Amino acid sequence: MSGKTHVTTTINGERTEFLCEPRQSLLEVLRDELGLTGTKEGCNNGNCGACNVTLNGALVNSCCVLAVETQDAEVRTVEGVAAGDHLHPLQRSFLENAALQCGICTPGFIVAAKALLEKEPDADEARIRHWLAGNLCRCTGYDKIVRAVLDAAAEMRRAPAGA
Amino acid sequence: MATTSKPQYRVIGTRPVRPDGIDKVTGRAQYGADIRLAGMLHGKVKRSPHAHAVIKKIDVSKALALAGVKAVITASDLPEAEDKVQSLGESSANLRELSSNVLAAHKVLYRGHPIAAVAATSAQVARQALELIHVEYEVLRPVLDVREAMRQDAPLLHDGLRTRSSGGASERPSNVAAHTQFRFGDIEQGFAAADVIVEREFATKMVHQGYIEPQAATATWNADGQLTVWTSTQGAFTVRAQVAEVLRQPISKVKVVPTEIGGGFGGKTVVYLEPLAALLAKQTGKPVKLQMDRTEVFEATGPTSGTSIKMKMGATKAGKIVAAQAELAYESGAFPGSPVVEGSLTMLAPYDIEHVLLDAYDVVVNKPKTSAYRAPGAPAAAFAAEQAIDELAEKLGIDPLKFRLQNSAFEGVRGPLGRPHALIGHGECLEAALSSPHYNAPLEGPNRGRGVASGYWFNAGMRSSATVTLQPDGSVSLIEGSTDIGGTRASLAMQLAETLGIEYDDVKPSVVDTDSVGYNDVTGGSRVTYASGMAVHEAGLALQREIIERLTKHWQCAREDIEYGDGTFRTKDAAKQGTFKELAGQLLGRGAGIMASGSVQAGFGSAALATHIVDVEVDPETGKVTVLRYTAVQDAGTAIHPSYVEGQMQGGAVQGIGWALNEEYYYDDSGRMANSSFLDYRMPTALDVPMIDTIIVEVPSPVHPYGVRGVGEVPIVPPLAAIANAVYRATGVRQTQLPMSPRRILETTLGIE
Repeated sequence: MSGKTHVTTTINGERTEFLCEPRQSLLEVLRDELGLTGTKEGCNNGNCGACNVTLNGALVNSCCVLAVETQDAEVRTVEGVAAGDHLHPLQRSFLENAALQCGICTPGFIVAAKALLEKEPDADEARIRHWLAGNLCRCTGYDKIVRAVLDAAAEMRRAPAGA
Repeated sequence: MATTSKPQYRVIGTRPVRPDGIDKVTGRAQYGADIRLAGMLHGKVKRSPHAHAVIKKIDVSKALALAGVKAVITASDLPEAEDKVQSLGESSANLRELSSNVLAAHKVLYRGHPIAAVAATSAQVARQALELIHVEYEVLRPVLDVREAMRQDAPLLHDGLRTRSSGGASERPSNVAAHTQFRFGDIEQGFAAADVIVEREFATKMVHQGYIEPQAATATWNADGQLTVWTSTQGAFTVRAQVAEVLRQPISKVKVVPTEIGGGFGGKTVVYLEPLAALLAKQTGKPVKLQMDRTEVFEATGPTSGTSIKMKMGATKAGKIVAAQAELAYESGAFPGSPVVEGSLTMLAPYDIEHVLLDAYDVVVNKPKTSAYRAPGAPAAAFAAEQAIDELAEKLGIDPLKFRLQNSAFEGVRGPLGRPHALIGHGECLEAALSSPHYNAPLEGPNRGRGVASGYWFNAGMRSSATVTLQPDGSVSLIEGSTDIGGTRASLAMQLAETLGIEYDDVKPSVVDTDSVGYNDVTGGSRVTYASGMAVHEAGLALQREIIERLTKHWQCAREDIEYGDGTFRTKDAAKQGTFKELAGQLLGRGAGIMASGSVQAGFGSAALATHIVDVEVDPETGKVTVLRYTAVQDAGTAIHPSYVEGQMQGGAVQGIGWALNEEYYYDDSGRMANSSFLDYRMPTALDVPMIDTIIVEVPSPVHPYGVRGVGEVPIVPPLAAIANAVYRATGVRQTQLPMSPRRILETTLGIE
C-alpha cells in the first residue's frame, strides 16, 4: 500500500485536513475518514446520485472524485445545507410535500436541487426533471420530489438566500 | 378523493410531517452502512464467477497470510443447518437452502454465489484478500430460462429435488420444485359456453427491486456469547430467527438492531451478510461490517422471477367472462420458492369468473434465489390476465373499463382462496376511473394509445406489537418494531393520536431492537399501517384504561363513573375533570409510571384493488415508448396520511413503468448478468415519467378499527398490463414479452422478430 497524502480542503465552510490514499474517492473519505455519512453510496460508479456533493460550486458524484483532488477546494455536503437548526427551503419543502419515503436518495436530491436553484431560480418542471435525471429514487416515482423542488424554488424567489 | 361515508376523524386524513423527516433531509439518519463501531473490521465476500459449478477445493491460506487479514470463513465454518422451513413474512425459506445461499458448500448455483468471507483491517485489504483465495471448480452447463429448465434433458441444479404436487413427489429428480393446481367450476363447460376465446403466451424477465441502499450488516459477538447485529432490514425479528437458525444459536443470544432502511420492496427480508458478519465477529473478537456493492446486489440478492404464462380466457357475446385457464411457470432462482402461487391466485381475483383452471410451476434456474418484490408474483400474472381481458373487451366492442366493471368481483363472490371476498373496492375503483378527468379527456395524435388494467393484492395481516408510555407532559412514547420504509412512524403515530384523543405532535414513535418490543413480522405485505396500526390502537385503548384505573383512586370514584372524550377525562356528573395533559402530570407526579401494550395477529380481509390508466406514444422509428399521462386509482380503505398513500401509488406505478419498458436481467449464455449496474439496468429517472395522478378510493376495511387496507403493493400490479394495452392501442400489436424496450417494440411492430 502506498503512503497517505495530506489534503487541506474546506468542507461546509470549515477548513478540514485529512490523510488519504491516492486511490480513495471523496465519498470514501467523507464517510469513512470524516464521519460525514449523510452522503450516501448507492452504486459507487456515478449512476445514482446518492453521493452528490458540490465541489467549488459544481455538482459532482463524490464517488467519482478522488479525495486528493479536493486540495484547496470547497466541498459542500448535505450536512452543510441547513444553517444550524434552520432548514433550507428545499429541506422544508421535501418534508411538507412528502417527497421522501425511505430517504436514502434524499441527501443527493437536496444537494443536486440546491445546485440547480442557485444557478437557475426559475427552473420549470421540465428543467428540474432534466437536471435531476442523474439522481435515482426508487420509492416516490419522482412526482412529489419535482413538486417539492418547484415549491422551494418559488419560496426562494420570494425570499432569496441571505435575506 | 372518492369517498364512501366514513367517520369524522381528527388526525386521520391529515398530512403532518413525519417524525423521522428532519434526520432524513439533513443527512443525520443512520442507515445500514452508516454504522461505525470502535475497532471495527471490514468484511468482503468471495463470490462464484460461474453460474453452475462443483466446488472441488477452496484454499484460503494465502489470504489468511496477508497482513491485515484477521479471519476467512467458508461453508465449513457454518454449523449444519436444519432441513426445515422458516417463514419470512411474505415468503419463506428452507433453512438448509438458506444456509447454502449464505455460503455455498459443495456446488455454486449462480454467478455471485458466496464462497468465502474475509475480515480485515480495511475494506481495501479485504478486497485484496479475496484475490488470494483459490477455488477449484468443475464448471457445469447452466440453465437460465424457465421453460428450458423444465425440459427433461435440462441440467439439474439439485440432484435430490423432486417435483412436489398433490400426487406426492415425482420419481425422477427435476428442476420443477412444485406443481400446484387450482380448479374452480368446470373449465370445459366454461369454454363451451364462451362465444369469444383469446389465447396467448406471455413471458417476463427477472427484475430487481432496485432499492438504492445496498445491503449492509455489522455484528459484534461478545465473550459472553451475546451477538448483536445492526442491519438494514424489513424485519429485525425474522433476521434474528434466520441468524439464530443458520448459526444454531439460541434466540436469547441474538439481538438485531434495525437501522434506517434505504428501500426494500420485499428484497430486504432474507439474510445474506448478517450470518457472515456474525461469524467473522466471533472468530476475530471484533465488530465486523459488511456492505455490498451494486453489482453484488444485482448478482447475489433476490430479484423476482422471470416468468412464462400461457393464458386462455373466454366470454359470452353479452360480455360475461365465463372461463379462464392459465399455466404459469416462474423461475425461483437457485433454490425453490418463487411466488407462482401468489401470481396464480391474484391474476383473476378482481373478477367474478365461474370456471377456472390454474397450473402453477415453481422452477429452479442458475440465477440468484428470488425473494419477495412488491405484490410478489402478481404483476407478471396480471400482465397476462389483464391483456386477455383487454383483448376480449376489444373483440366484443365493449369499453375496457366497463367490461371490467360488468365482470368485477365484489363482496361475497368467490375470492382467490376459494372463500368469498370480504368487502372490496374494485367496482368503486373502476367507477372512479370511468369518471376521472384522464379517462374522459380525448387522446389525439398518431402513434398514441390509452390502456387500462386492474390489479389485486391480498394484503398480509400477521403479527405486530407496540408499547405506549405516558410522559409527565402529556406526550406519549410509542415503541414499535416495524421498520419504517415509507412513513409508518407517522401513520402509526396518527392512529395512536386518534385513539388517545391527543395531538399528533404529542406522540413520539421509536423503532427499536428485538430485545425492546414484542414480536413484529416484517414490514411487508402492505401490513404495517394495517396490522401494526391495530396493535397501536389496542395499546392506546389499554393506556386509556390504565389512566382511568389510576383516576379511580385519584378521584375516589368507580371506573364506570369516568368517561373520556375530546381529550378530557371527566366523571359522569362532571364534578371532576381534567385534560389528558393535565392529568398526565398529576398522575405521574404522585404515582407509578403508566404504560400499556398491544399485540395482534391480524388476519386477511383487507384486500387491495387498483385500476390504472395510461396514455403512451410509441415512436415508430426508434421504438421508444413515452408515457404521456398516468392515473392510478386505488382503494386504500381509509387513507391515514393521504400524501403517503399517494406516494405509494406513484412509486409503485413508476416501478411498474420501469418493469414494463426497460428493466430486465440480461444474461449471456454462461450465466453472467451483462447489465449489473444502474447504468445498464435501466430504472426510470425523473426524465422518463410524467406526474403520476392519483385517485384514492376509500371503501373501509371491515376488520380494521379505522378501516385501513394496506396500500404499498397493489400499485405495482396493473402498470405492466396497462402499458401493454396502451401500446397495443397505439400500434395494433399485442406485446406478450417484457420489457417493451425500443428494440422489442421495433421487432414486433415491424414483424422482424
